[in-house]
Amino acid sequence: MDLTFTPDERAFQQEVRAFLKEKLTPDLARAHHLTPSVFSDPPVGVRWQKILHAQGWAAPLWPKEYGGTGWSLAQRYIWEIESAAAGAPAVTPMGLRMVGPVIMKFGTQAQKDFYLPRMLKAEDYWCQGYSEPGSGSDLASLKTRAVRDGDHYVVNGSKIWTTHAHNANMMFALVRTSDEPKKQDGISFILIDMKTPGISVRPILTIGGDHETNQVFFDDVRVPVENRVGAEGQGWSYGKYLLEFERGGGMTSGRLRAILADIEKLANVYRDGDKPLAATESFALRRSQAEIDIDALEMTELRIMSSLQSGQNPGSVSSSLAKLRNSEIKQSLTALAVDVLGQDGLYWEGHRPLYEMNAEPDIPEEALTALPEYLNSRAYTIFGGTSEVQRDIIAKVVIGM
Amino acid sequence: MDLSYTDEQRLLRESANNLLAARAQKPGATDLWKEMADMGWLALPLPEADGGLGQGIVDVAIVTEAMGRHRARSNYVAGVVLAGGLVAALGNDAQRAALLPGLADGSSRLALAHAEEGARYNLAHVAATAKKNGAGFALDGRKIAVLGGDAADRFIVSARISGGARDTGGIALFVVARDAKGVTVDGHATVDGAGAARVKLAGVEVGADALLSDNSFAAIQHAYDRATAAFCSELVGLMEAATAATIDYTKIRVQFGKPLAVNQTLRHRMADMSIACEEARSMALRAAMHADDQDARARGRAVAGAWAKVSRAARFVAEQAIQLHGGMGVTNELEIGGYLKRVVALDAIVGGPDLHLRRHAALSALAA
Repeated sequence: MDLTFTPDERAFQQEVRAFLKEKLTPDLARAHHLTPSVFSDPPVGVRWQKILHAQGWAAPLWPKEYGGTGWSLAQRYIWEIESAAAGAPAVTPMGLRMVGPVIMKFGTQAQKDFYLPRMLKAEDYWCQGYSEPGSGSDLASLKTRAVRDGDHYVVNGSKIWTTHAHNANMMFALVRTSDEPKKQDGISFILIDMKTPGISVRPILTIGGDHETNQVFFDDVRVPVENRVGAEGQGWSYGKYLLEFERGGGMTSGRLRAILADIEKLANVYRDGDKPLAATESFALRRSQAEIDIDALEMTELRIMSSLQSGQNPGSVSSSLAKLRNSEIKQSLTALAVDVLGQDGLYWEGHRPLYEMNAEPDIPEEALTALPEYLNSRAYTIFGGTSEVQRDIIAKVVIGM
Repeated sequence: MDLSYTDEQRLLRESANNLLAARAQKPGATDLWKEMADMGWLALPLPEADGGLGQGIVDVAIVTEAMGRHRARSNYVAGVVLAGGLVAALGNDAQRAALLPGLADGSSRLALAHAEEGARYNLAHVAATAKKNGAGFALDGRKIAVLGGDAADRFIVSARISGGARDTGGIALFVVARDAKGVTVDGHATVDGAGAARVKLAGVEVGADALLSDNSFAAIQHAYDRATAAFCSELVGLMEAATAATIDYTKIRVQFGKPLAVNQTLRHRMADMSIACEEARSMALRAAMHADDQDARARGRAVAGAWAKVSRAARFVAEQAIQLHGGMGVTNELEIGGYLKRVVALDAIVGGPDLHLRRHAALSALAA
């Protein structure tokens, strides 16, 4: 039981820092800092992933046989902390973190051989077809239908909240392949080429003014049966397995710590009379409370990770707990950032992307993201299962009924 | 970095839980302090050269967690981590040899007499005085919240040899026998049943060999950090037990024709209690691993942050455990109220979450 790093671990930390210093160019770090949406902008995230892949570092959570890094707990921790602190973009999770583990565990050899290497290299851009207009928290009530026609499924229906559907060339989706007495039965997990005729994408702007999410319509879309992952009608269990990776199993606390460091910088830019806001007691107490919350999440994530081998699923309670705390802390941080702005919290910048502006903004550049991030981050306690659903999941396990 | 327990630590956890679970079935039937001595728990953090086992706070925390879980209320931490820890840190060979083997085998009880009225958890607040008296000293002052003072045969007493009432310099620690002339011990019951005393010193004469150190502040602060870390783990055990008891109760208590546990409001409350337990476990473990950091600021930040999180979480869990037990939770007929009493006691001993949040902020500002 020891939190200190061994000499080997410290050497790895130096290696990571040297890599970040060389490869994380100022324009990439700036683009990351000036992105107020939930995920990295696709061109930014993909550029960073290709750099990571060249180093062999694209998939720290994957087992080594599939191209993972084979890192120890300490190495994964060091990587997350250092890359977040340096302001590296987050690699988009829909491929590597979400559908990747499902294909690894339930896919055919052909699916693994084809999709996993392309995923590592960022040759495909994935989106997630789960929610529907009538199926949010009650995901198992989904109605998008896939009807067998020879070697194809014919898909009709609609998916919503589809992040980066307008950028993606591939979607993994839960679709209904049969009607069964129990709604969780009769669902299948399929991979859809977004260029297939019959697919249309409608943008949905967020309250922060960002185009990140979409509604996707399917009109007689033909998907080869070989694109089904696992058995027909068993998709719900694969989908739940994926959600554990979506919600937990990583080190989200590193990102939160980096956000808190940025807020502290901002609180040294903004002043209260003759002193920086950072020197006031009210800011210091909120900063400490946030840091303590992040410490607790970090240690919880370390405990979860240390009990797992890479590629294993985190379990429902652990992943729900990590998701809950991460989303709540993220929201409180974004609220703190807006408070730091004072009257500048009124200023609205509608242009996107913020890292490619036509004119100098009227407020400090590093303050531009605070307001849209606060607004957009309301989504954290809703997507991936609302906080209320997470509490239902935890309660079911701990109460045992 | 390694977050796994050793085989020895796993065994310690198992034996602590087994012994204390059995004991909880027949409270008061056996002498807990003697059992702790027999199990080697008193010796656990003391130096090997002085009859101890030389283990760290991570090991002590394994024992305190089991105590929290099985409602074994004692002044274990106050005796071996606060009083014993200060003797181990500051005593010379003769002093350690005279005091620690007896503490380790249970034949002697030590208590730290440090807190005073008006100190409000400022560890440098020492108004008691030590004046030169021949080769030795004469001690005067009044001490409160002397944990285990009702049962101690010797006190470790802080008294000022120089400086103003809250100066960090000039604080000395002395070994004072309970039966020394001028010592008045006023033992009193405590909310948690563990017992404490108020100690009055009126011209108490001690020899030069009673002086542990004339510059003790840093060691006192370290001892309190170590004790606070151990208390965090006690609260983790306590919270998990209170949560488990609440879950069990709501499953069997039927109202409106169904068990309480089917109601979503209660289910979410119990989910929040479980989340609080996990966060507290994380922070307690973190504090235990930082409890012997040589960097006092890093150590203080880790411990203050942990207490701010854990004691607030424990208060939430203990209060909600009573709430979900309904009227029965407020009675002495169930053990549920006992959990809250221990949370109240520990907050009174080391200060509540707001105090530690302010300490964390102050130490963070120094680090910046």
